[in-house]
Parts: sequence; C-alpha cells; structure tokens
Amino acid sequence: MTADIAKENARPRDFAQGVRDSVPVVVAAMPFGLLFGALAVENNFSVFEAVLMSATIFAGASQMVGIDLFGQKVAPWLIVLSILAVNFRHVLYSATTGRWIAHWGPVQRLLGFFMLVDPMFAETERRGETHGTVSFGWYMGAALPLYLSWVIEAWVGALFGNLVPDPHALGIDFLLPIYFLGLVMSFRKRSFWLPVVLMSAAASMLAYRTVGSPWHVSIGAIAGVALAAIMAPDARKGRKTR
Amino acid sequence: MSTTVWIILAGAVLTFLTRIGGHMVLSRFERIHPRVEAGLNAVPAAVLTTLVAPAAMNGGIPEIAALTVGVVVSLVAGGMMPMFLSSAAVLILLRHLISQ
Repeated sequence: MTADIAKENARPRDFAQGVRDSVPVVVAAMPFGLLFGALAVENNFSVFEAVLMSATIFAGASQMVGIDLFGQKVAPWLIVLSILAVNFRHVLYSATTGRWIAHWGPVQRLLGFFMLVDPMFAETERRGETHGTVSFGWYMGAALPLYLSWVIEAWVGALFGNLVPDPHALGIDFLLPIYFLGLVMSFRKRSFWLPVVLMSAAASMLAYRTVGSPWHVSIGAIAGVALAAIMAPDARKGRKTR
Repeated sequence: MSTTVWIILAGAVLTFLTRIGGHMVLSRFERIHPRVEAGLNAVPAAVLTTLVAPAAMNGGIPEIAALTVGVVVSLVAGGMMPMFLSSAAVLILLRHLISQ
C-alpha cells in the first residue's frame, strides 16, 4: 500500500523524506499507543474494540478520554460528546493545514485530513514553511508510519494489558492524568495559557464537586475558553502576551 | 454491533468532521474574529486541564507529588517523554513506599 502511494506521486523522494521525518514522532508516540491498548482492555474493551478505536479515531488524547469515561460507566452519548470536545481543536488544524494542501485532489485531501493528528499538524506546518509547499507523497510518507504503528501498538498493548498483574502498583491507573498534564504543559507557549489553565482547573474541580462527572469536563473547558475570548482584545491594545 | 463499537464509530465520524470541517468552514471567511481565535487557541489547554485537576484533587501524596514533578520537569526539560517518565517513576516509587 505504501509503495503504491509512493509510485503515484511524481516525486518518490518526497515519500522517503516523509518517512524519515516521521521517525522521532513514531518513537515518541509508541509508549502511548501501547498504553492506550493496555488501558482500553483495563476499561473492559475487547482487543478488537481497542484496535478499531485506534484505526478509526486516530487521536490519542480523545481515545484516552473515551476509555476513561467508558470505565466510569458514563452514558454513551456523553462519551461521544467528550471525544468531540477533546478533538475540537482539529477544526483549527484543518483550517490552517488546508492552505498547504488545497492543491491536492479531493480524495487525497480527505485522506490527509483523516490523518491530521497533532504531530502531523506540527510537521506539516514546518514542511510548508521550509519548502513552500507540501506534497501528497511527503505527507503520506510521514503520516502512514505514524498511523500503522499506532494501530499495531493498540493491538500489542491490548494483548499485553491482559498480562499486567497489579495496575495500581505499576501506576497504570494514574498514567492518564500524567499524560494529560504533559499535553497541557506542551501548550504553555500559547497566549493566556496560565489564566486559562487556572480557570479551567478551578471550574472543573468546582463542577466535579457540585454537578458531577463528566460535566466537569465541559464546564471547565467552557470556562477556560470563555476567559481567553474575554481577554483577547486587551492583548491587542498593547499588552504583550507572548 | 455492541454499544462500544457504536461509541467508537460515532467518535470516529465526529473526529473526521472536525478534521475536514475547519477547512470547509474557515476557508469561507477572510478573517476570524480575534475573540473566536483566542477562544479556539485555548481549547486544548482548557479541555485537558479539566482531566487533570479533579484527579489531582482526589489524589494522595504519591499522585500530587507525581504531578508536581511532572510540571517541574516540563518547565526545565521540555518535551513529553522526560516529564512522563519522571512523573510515573515518582508515582510508582511513592506508591510502594506509602502502601496502604
């Protein structure tokens, strides 16, 4: 499959460069792909369901949220809504990356957007800046290893997850909050990051105590987003935010 | 099909819609309102924070210590892996030391 796509592209060297660019991302994502598979089984997913989720959703954080809420026996529509809430940032990725890949064919674009995860977004922005254009061959070269390894890791992790004897002693039940904290920290260069984090933290803890789970996710998120929207014009008037 | 499979497929369809939707909608506008842009920029940090804060609130000493180390390592070293590994190591170590 990878060879066919490389052949279709006028510049197979682009595909090879894409594969090389994907290596650090594939390595960095590997523990989380395996972790997802293990946690999915821990939260009563079958091996098939774990693999299906990685293959069709292909968005780490939202998959983790999905299985976390699934383990808490939350209503199905709320789980789906929470997945949407976590992935809503992709709307922005889509709008931004769309400018680089507007010259692709319609099917190519649909395939490209399907694989537009956080690291693909970042790598595509970098590629566009350095080369002035983003070819379908390069994009697939970078995205396919990421996608295939993610799906295989879910499978391996799900099989291995059955063998973990004591999840509490190994800290597996608390690795998700640590992972999410790492993601929160990775966005710290953004405008209003600290006020947003403090506001969302306070609002979500308050909502967790009063309204209950999983509403604390939506309530906390809306509070943080609203704060950023309110603060935005002040920044433009002169206060530096970066 | 099981409920789980339906949840997964619905999540997949909605995720795909977010990935094509931004291009389809925002490409029609020449400018995004600064407030909308700032709000959308804040979405990842806002959403992900809500997944950490209650867990921290309900956590004991090992959990709080692990998250604290995670924040410090992120600020000093940057990158996901050093933060994740050191934080997990602190968690596992303290859970063994402070058992029951």
